[in-house]
Amino acid sequence: MSVRNNLSFKRIFKANDIDIKPKNGFWHELVKNKALFLMLLPGALVLFLNNYLPMFGAIIAFKNFRFHEGGFIPSLLKSEWSGFKNFEFMFATPDAFNIIRNTLFYNLAFIITCTVISIAFAIMLNEIYSQKLAKFYQSAMFLPFFLSWVVFNYLVYAYLSPDKGFINMTVLKLFGQESISWYNEPKYWPLIIIIVNAWKWVGNNCIIYLAAIIAVDQELYEAARIDGANRWQQIIKITFPQIAPVIIVMFLVFVGRIFNTDLGLFFQVPRNAALLRPVTQTLDAYIYQTLIGLGDIGMSSAGAFFQSVVGFITIIAANLFVKKIDRESSIF
Amino acid sequence: MSAQNQTEINKLGRVSRKSNFVMNLILLVYASFCIVPLFMSLAVSFTDEKMLTIHGYSFWPRNFTTYAYQFIFSMANQVVNAYVVSMIVTVAGTILSVLVMALYAFPISRKDFKYKNFFTFYMIFTMLFSGGMVSTYLIGVNLLHLKDNLWGLIFPYLMNAFWVIILRTFYRSNIPDSLIESAKIDGAGEFRIFFQMIFPLALPGIAAVALLAMLQYWNDWFLAALYINNPQLMPLPYLLYQIQVSMQFLLQNSSNIGSQAGDILSRMPSESARMAMVVIAVGPIALTFPFFQKYFTKGLTVGAIKG
Repeated sequence: MSVRNNLSFKRIFKANDIDIKPKNGFWHELVKNKALFLMLLPGALVLFLNNYLPMFGAIIAFKNFRFHEGGFIPSLLKSEWSGFKNFEFMFATPDAFNIIRNTLFYNLAFIITCTVISIAFAIMLNEIYSQKLAKFYQSAMFLPFFLSWVVFNYLVYAYLSPDKGFINMTVLKLFGQESISWYNEPKYWPLIIIIVNAWKWVGNNCIIYLAAIIAVDQELYEAARIDGANRWQQIIKITFPQIAPVIIVMFLVFVGRIFNTDLGLFFQVPRNAALLRPVTQTLDAYIYQTLIGLGDIGMSSAGAFFQSVVGFITIIAANLFVKKIDRESSIF
Repeated sequence: MSAQNQTEINKLGRVSRKSNFVMNLILLVYASFCIVPLFMSLAVSFTDEKMLTIHGYSFWPRNFTTYAYQFIFSMANQVVNAYVVSMIVTVAGTILSVLVMALYAFPISRKDFKYKNFFTFYMIFTMLFSGGMVSTYLIGVNLLHLKDNLWGLIFPYLMNAFWVIILRTFYRSNIPDSLIESAKIDGAGEFRIFFQMIFPLALPGIAAVALLAMLQYWNDWFLAALYINNPQLMPLPYLLYQIQVSMQFLLQNSSNIGSQAGDILSRMPSESARMAMVVIAVGPIALTFPFFQKYFTKGLTVGAIKG
């Protein structure tokens, strides 16, 4: 009797064992946590439609796209493959070199100027005696971050307008100089673009560095003081090394995006002036103008695909470095 | 340690008076550099058009007049219309996107959720690789029907992977697992836990993301440039961009000008009206931002340092 009981018990146990296995699978999890899956659904759907479908659509760069009957997807599939033709056309244009050079040059310039200025201001904000003034400066610096690029377009124009701008009509007149036709003179624009970019971003980056500076352990400074280090020595020997991980991580995040530029800065601020294009056209501006202005799907999609791929490589590389420095800060 | 020694050491705790002065000066100059251009656009918007032609833009309104604003609000109902469009897009977009992102961040913040890594990666991959502007545009127009549709100004910005990470970090660092467990033992469902516990507890983080989303919707011109041709659906920044080329754009769709169009065109305060529109677009932000600043700061620092 006992043996039989034992056997049947075992049988039940085994049967249960078999049942348990599929319960660990996806479907069981879906039923058990259906509320959590329901919460993910809207976001996952948005990402699918807005981000994943275009990834599939990126094959358009290798096609000679023509609209066929039946909508976009059938047209995409029916269009002939053209290999690397679109890329050949794009890189054969005399602008191609300029565009890539501009993209890289401006990004490098932005990385350097924004990092240096933001850190300098963050240190100053931390060092000045009056906390109230520091708050005020910080708010004022932060303001440009809140403005649309279209607003920047107008604010810059208020200074640089050839016949009404503040610089031509007031500043240059005051010094008896001739007016400058700013929107026709490419040579000034690299500097203007770099200044406008800093204007928009410095306040924002400054807050991040300031947060890092405030988080530094105060005991380190006290110990240094007892050893007789003055404030500047403390800044160089303690503040900098302590915030170095944040600086490096921010730097690498910038580097990861080195093939991307803000269309607002390069399209709105120079007012899309034709004469300025040799120095203001970056990959994003080129893709946008070729797509919307010229309606050339082949060349613009080649540009966009090129940007996606090199961007992917640089982000992965930058993230590998971030991971080495500070595990917490890597994005994946 | 003698008292004198102590004061010596305390002195080492701050920069010298001279350095303090120089730093204040530098910061003051830069701070004014950030604010002053806005004052100039304000001044120009109140300046008489003739004075602008003679003296150019300056920081003080010569022949103070509110004609530019009168003109905008009486003649150009396009501006009022754009304002309404911007408001609708900003309010609806912010509410929807915050809801979508806050919900998405919850399961992936849960250590006991088996597929959290998969869904985190599903989201983060969109930060690494994108289909590019062209394919996104063609799919937006042909499959998602975003052309000349207000939805086209809202939908593409509903999910921002970086902000979802901010929210996830915020949940993780502010809400102990044990709290969720005990609520579950008491029989609360996941949605109830989310809306009654997580949402209030994570409110500072959610507010930061909401403000970032609001800013993005209010300032955006790019989606309108891609998808909107119908003047009735243009948001304010895009209208501002359109009138950069021609002030007449404002009059195209005005119903109440009719026969006197030529007369209005000749008296149109084009320069001051443009700046008046800049003031109108920036106004809500410039006035409210001091109150919101601390939430922004919170969001930025959480995202950058712990993200």
